[in-house]
Amino acid sequence: MASLIEKSACDGLLPRVAGGTVLSELPAARVTSVAPFAGKTRALGAALKEMGLGWPKPGEAVGTEGASILWSGRDQAFLIGADPAPLSGLAALSDQGDGWARMQLKGPEAEAALARLVPLDLRLSEFGIGQVARSGLNHMMMLIARTSETGFDIMVFRSMAASAVHEIGTALDAVAARGRLTS
Amino acid sequence: MRITCPLCGARDRREFTYYGASVYADRPAEGAAPEVWDDYLHLRDNPAGEITDLWYHELGCSAWIEVTRNTVTHAISATRLLADRATPTKKGARS
Repeated sequence: MASLIEKSACDGLLPRVAGGTVLSELPAARVTSVAPFAGKTRALGAALKEMGLGWPKPGEAVGTEGASILWSGRDQAFLIGADPAPLSGLAALSDQGDGWARMQLKGPEAEAALARLVPLDLRLSEFGIGQVARSGLNHMMMLIARTSETGFDIMVFRSMAASAVHEIGTALDAVAARGRLTS
Repeated sequence: MRITCPLCGARDRREFTYYGASVYADRPAEGAAPEVWDDYLHLRDNPAGEITDLWYHELGCSAWIEVTRNTVTHAISATRLLADRATPTKKGARS
C-alpha cells in the first residue's frame, strides 16, 4: 500500500484575510448526499428527527450541535457531520466528503464581497440565518448557507477550490480597496 | 430575464439552461411509427403567443422546469416542476 499524503481541499490556500473579513476552510466533516426513495420522505423525516434533525424544506437547513442537514436540490439534502447509518433503506446515501471544498466567509464585508459574485440578494433581511441556496459563485456551482449575521458557509466542488478562493479573495480585495477610497 | 424556480424562487437567467419546447418531454412510446418519431424530434410549432419551454436549473437545484411564456410580450405566466406534470402523454402507441 502506497503511503498517501492526506490533504484538505483548501490545503495551502486558506485562510485569506481582508480587513476584518476572513475566508477560512471549515474543519473536515462527513458529508453524505441524502435522496429519499419514492414514498419514504415521511419515514426519512422521522428518522432524521430521531437524530435531532429533520428533512429540510427547499432553501432551509436543519442543525443541531455538531450535525446539520442542508437542502441541496430537488429531493436531495446534504447531511454534514453525522453518521447516515440510521437513514439506510429510506434514502439513497452517497458519501460526498471528499468531493466538496467547504469554507467559511465571515466578517463585516462578507455580504459585499459575495454581492460581486453571486446573483442572489444575500442581505440578512432576505437571506437569514438557517437559509441555504444553490446558486452560482461566478461560474461555479455552489451551495451557500447563512450561519450567522456576518457568516456564510460555502461549498463548491473540490476541483474548484483554488478558483473559488481566487474569486472570493479578489472580491474581498476589491471591496477593501473601495473602502479605502471612500473612507 | 428572471425565471421563478418552483423550489428556489425568482432567479437570474444565467442559472438556467434552455432546452426547447416542452413537447420534448413527451417521448413517443416504444414501437411508435417513424413519422411519430420524426415529428417528436424535428417538428416544432413556432407560435406568436404562448408557448411552454423546458428549462434546466443547472446552476441551482438541478430541477427541470416547464416555463409558460409569451413570445410576443416576453411575459412569463407560469412555471412548474416537470416532475409535477401528470404522466407524460405517449404519442403513437401501438396497442
